[in-house]
Amino acid sequence: MAVNLKKFTNKPELFTSGHRLCAGCGIATIVRQVLMAVENPVVISNATGCLEVGSTIYPYTSWKVPWIHSAFENSAATISGVETVYEALKEEGSVTEDIRFIAIGGDGGTYDIGLQALSGALERGHNFTYICYDNEAYMNTGMQRSSASAYGSWTTTTPLGKIGKGKAIRKKPLTDIVAAHRIPYVAQAAPGHWRDLMNKVQKALATEGPSFLNILQPCVPGWRIEPYVSMKVAKLAVETCYWPLYEVENGVYRVTVKPKEKKPLTEYLELQGRFRHLLAEEQRPLLDELHAEVDTAWEELLAKSSPAETKTAE
Amino acid sequence: MAIRVAYTGNGACAQAMRQVEPHMVAAYPITPQTEVVEEFAQFAADGKVKTKFLPVESEHSAMSACIGGAAAGGRVMTTTASQGLAYMWEMLFVASGLRLPIVMGVANRALSAPINIHGDHSDAMGARDSGWVQLYCKTVQEVYDTLIQAVRIAEHGDVHLPVMVCYDGFSVSHSLMDLEMLPEGQVKDFVGRFTPRHPLLDIANPVTYGPLALYDFYFEYKRQQVEAMANALDAINEVAEEFASLSGRRYSAVEHYRLDDAELALVSLGSTASTIEYTVDRLRDEGIAAGALRIRTFRPFPQDAIREALSPVKAVAVMDRAESLSGWGGPVGIEAKAAFYETETRPLLLDVVYGLGGRDVGIDGIREVFSELKKATDNGKVPEPVYYLGLRD
Repeated sequence: MAVNLKKFTNKPELFTSGHRLCAGCGIATIVRQVLMAVENPVVISNATGCLEVGSTIYPYTSWKVPWIHSAFENSAATISGVETVYEALKEEGSVTEDIRFIAIGGDGGTYDIGLQALSGALERGHNFTYICYDNEAYMNTGMQRSSASAYGSWTTTTPLGKIGKGKAIRKKPLTDIVAAHRIPYVAQAAPGHWRDLMNKVQKALATEGPSFLNILQPCVPGWRIEPYVSMKVAKLAVETCYWPLYEVENGVYRVTVKPKEKKPLTEYLELQGRFRHLLAEEQRPLLDELHAEVDTAWEELLAKSSPAETKTAE
Repeated sequence: MAIRVAYTGNGACAQAMRQVEPHMVAAYPITPQTEVVEEFAQFAADGKVKTKFLPVESEHSAMSACIGGAAAGGRVMTTTASQGLAYMWEMLFVASGLRLPIVMGVANRALSAPINIHGDHSDAMGARDSGWVQLYCKTVQEVYDTLIQAVRIAEHGDVHLPVMVCYDGFSVSHSLMDLEMLPEGQVKDFVGRFTPRHPLLDIANPVTYGPLALYDFYFEYKRQQVEAMANALDAINEVAEEFASLSGRRYSAVEHYRLDDAELALVSLGSTASTIEYTVDRLRDEGIAAGALRIRTFRPFPQDAIREALSPVKAVAVMDRAESLSGWGGPVGIEAKAAFYETETRPLLLDVVYGLGGRDVGIDGIREVFSELKKATDNGKVPEPVYYLGLRD
């Protein structure tokens, strides 16, 4: 399943330009990459969030594929119904196309309020792919902490102050939580590594049963970054092992992109306003803790990954 | 040939769902609705229906899946009660706002706290403004008949709204009563084949369901829902007529019982109407001009029919099996009062809150209400606007 750039760029755009997402927003890039990678017709269910709000201001829509938004926490439950009726109509003979189903939610709609609906849909084994775009906070009303927010990061609800030093709680390990459901395909991706991302989309959509992609999404206003650096930040997240790219296929872990040389975490952090306070000398202990956590997670991932399968950087 | 059997309200609900055989039933069990889920699961397990049965992890997901399924282009159904309906609350508005013709049975039950599993209407009354058509059933037979008609009402071209078929927890959901079922094929013929509007699975014509509509369009969306709801009254009568020619059982939005020359009347929803009608007969034997009106359709609210039926009556008691906690009585009483605001003649009107949490109301209780009405007519006014029937001091 080699990803062919030329083929993809010749495909019609299924997510059109003219949306209201921020300049440099990672989710627009992610959705374009996802939709370029699809080969079958797809139906998408989208949780409430930036993507939904920014792409469907009535009477306009950016979606050239069937799309439904019902609420914040139920993207997975909504697609469960769509997929189930698809099975019924296929048996009845009134639908003949080989359609794939994608549910999309942000980290708030997935790690937090939507976790129950996601878990239920995974357990029931629906044939669908869930895509979480993780920008590590609730974004569409600002930059409030979510359970995906990083340890030590600044958000408007974990602000800095006399006592406050940013988020004092670790990020929820959602990819592992999903993998613990023992579904056939789970992966982490990032839009800076587009070939890896699109390969994973194709694998996920080809999977019989549920599949899950957790995709890191740079957020320009929330992360306090310039629009032109969002893909650079996405790449650095991978190169510093802050956001490892890996997949779990039928329980087997495999690192899909192993940086040739692991870059210092500070290169990733210093580009972003939400982490800048960590670089001050007096915050050294916090930085060390975050660093230790990133390193430990990476070592643990390597230890449980099949070494023969681990690929080095593209 | 019609089939005569004894069934509970839940059994009748499940049987009607089996005969309609929708594309999907997504449901979560909750007292007193659980039997419906169990029985329908058995039909699916026995291969008696082709319906996809989706046992979800919560009522919120049950309604979410129904929304997805109906938008996909399927005929979908669910059932719930009490906390389950409350847990669906957010999604009820999405279902009606997206104009999805979902049919849902509700075995009415009290809401927490304190927790209580028995029948009252506080669950459905909490959902009264969610944009769903609400029909209330009196008997097991009505549960069956109404659920079948609800499919046609929901999918009616002028309506296209979700429909809630309400029946009292335990007193109907678990009571065995006589049920006359239609022959298998007749139900299928009556509901017909579902033709979805703009289904998601029409890949060649992609649609965007549930976009963001701001102050420039949201208002118009809602206004269209108002019109659809208003259209539902005609649709309910139209479908009822057609159902009558099939079954011989005729229904209307409001049902009169010995009301033509009545001086005192009780208005109610659901199963209490049976007790009221029995008591009306006894009172008539005693020479008292008693009558009853049953509101079968609470949403849309049939205010014209209610005004017409009750304006000539001297005193009316509106039986509310829910408290609105407004300090001003129950929801039905308040709406009934509003219906008379612009009439020239109106009856004395007493709001009676009764039966909360399944507290039984029998013939004596109904007699008590009629005697309160008698007192009101003697004095020319109701003693206080809300009467709590059967409440201990």
